[in-house]
Amino acid sequence: MPLQTPPLRGIHDERGAKFTEFGGWDMPVEFDSIQAEHEAVRDAVGIFDVSHMGQIHVTGPDATTLMQRLTSNDVTRLGVGDSQYAVLTDEEGIIIDDTVIYRLPDEDGDPTYLFVPNAGTDEETHERWINYRNEFDLEATVDNRTDEYAMFAVQGPDAAELVAAVADESVTDLNRFQAMTATIDGIECWTARTGYTGEDGFELIAPWEDAERIWSQFECQPCGLGARDTLRIEAGLLLSGQDFDHESNPRTPYEAGIGFTVALDTEFVGRDALDRAREDGAEEELVGFQLIDRGVPRHGYDITNTDDRVIGTVTSGTMSPTVDQPIGLGYVPSEYAEPGTTLNVVVRGRSKKTRVEPTPFIDTV
Amino acid sequence: MSFDIPDDRRYQDSHEWALETETETDADGRIRIGISDFAQDELGDVVFVELPDEGEDISRGSEFGVIESIKAVSDLYAPVSGEVVAVNDDLFDAPELVNDDPFGDGWMLEVDAADADELDALLSANEYEEQVA
Repeated sequence: MPLQTPPLRGIHDERGAKFTEFGGWDMPVEFDSIQAEHEAVRDAVGIFDVSHMGQIHVTGPDATTLMQRLTSNDVTRLGVGDSQYAVLTDEEGIIIDDTVIYRLPDEDGDPTYLFVPNAGTDEETHERWINYRNEFDLEATVDNRTDEYAMFAVQGPDAAELVAAVADESVTDLNRFQAMTATIDGIECWTARTGYTGEDGFELIAPWEDAERIWSQFECQPCGLGARDTLRIEAGLLLSGQDFDHESNPRTPYEAGIGFTVALDTEFVGRDALDRAREDGAEEELVGFQLIDRGVPRHGYDITNTDDRVIGTVTSGTMSPTVDQPIGLGYVPSEYAEPGTTLNVVVRGRSKKTRVEPTPFIDTV
Repeated sequence: MSFDIPDDRRYQDSHEWALETETETDADGRIRIGISDFAQDELGDVVFVELPDEGEDISRGSEFGVIESIKAVSDLYAPVSGEVVAVNDDLFDAPELVNDDPFGDGWMLEVDAADADELDALLSANEYEEQVA
């Protein structure tokens, strides 16, 4: 299957980006160096093209019910311009995907939402919404608009200043997880104070055909998926398909450490299983860790206890550009999850002494 | 993008270089080993290098160490056989030297070559350039 390309593939190529396949998309992984891009976001500001992320638009009299039944959090708490982090779970409460849901201004008097599934999952998610709508005879229109929108993330301590300088409206009035329509170079963009880096910042959803005009407004470090990954690991944020995966690493939100996305007082697919799972307590938990010995932890490496028995698996790891230490995330039995616990990560057959650490690894907004 | 490929040394297709360094005490010289500018650019920010100790033997075509960047891990393959007589310890604290100066301060090992012909069998700068072009 040919890779999907973001609207600015050519612009990024001219800028000297290296590309990688991610979720079926051909995306820039690195423009200058991961280290330099990472530091720009921590110290100042950087911009990411995240047009591989999906966008699904839901509107209609039953739009709120449909969203509520298929996501774990409480959608009824969202006023227009609010957003929330949530997961999609199956009947067993296992995470299928994670997402951010935005409540857009009402359309034709009906509640309206835009949510952002991960790269490559938009078609199956769209189908899931349609099937559920039809099964329960709900009145809602569900559109997959992934190919209609570009998405950019402007992130870093100087992001607010930079976005404010190009937007007609006062975007700095937005609180974390609030969003509004802002006009940039005459183009209306859905502008949210959200991100995936642990820093202050904005995510802009703009019409695909206007992508270049929006992108060119921001004179700052362009950043690729490489820095996006190191930044989110330091911030202790999960990557779907890596830190949990419906097939290869099935996890509940409690195991994944994101129980805060579960509103048990709402009705959604997986709710009853999660109610039981919460009472039983998670047998395994996702923890942060830091290697004490020299080495770099990577996805799939074994975690062992001090008796060298395999007790878990690394799901994400990197040399942290900010704290300059090898760090990672992985699942271990709950009795090993306490920060300060000594474990090992097996790097190419050799045990590297490792300590469980609280996440995030850095100060975040 | 073009890469430096100095013609004072030989290369192998897995992107290591080998340079004969004559010294006053050793008329046959030693072979210094590192990775190419192309290789360091492909890897990106190097964060960790694992090298053999002095006195160990390395064997042409076999793994002699590991290099890790933020995004990737890659084996290092010996371009020549011989005993390791020097290791660039600076790389343990400053692995970024491999990015900054792959043909100079970013060198990795020096070996006493077991077979001088092995060096001649490697790629010339021109041959290597054709490969990475």
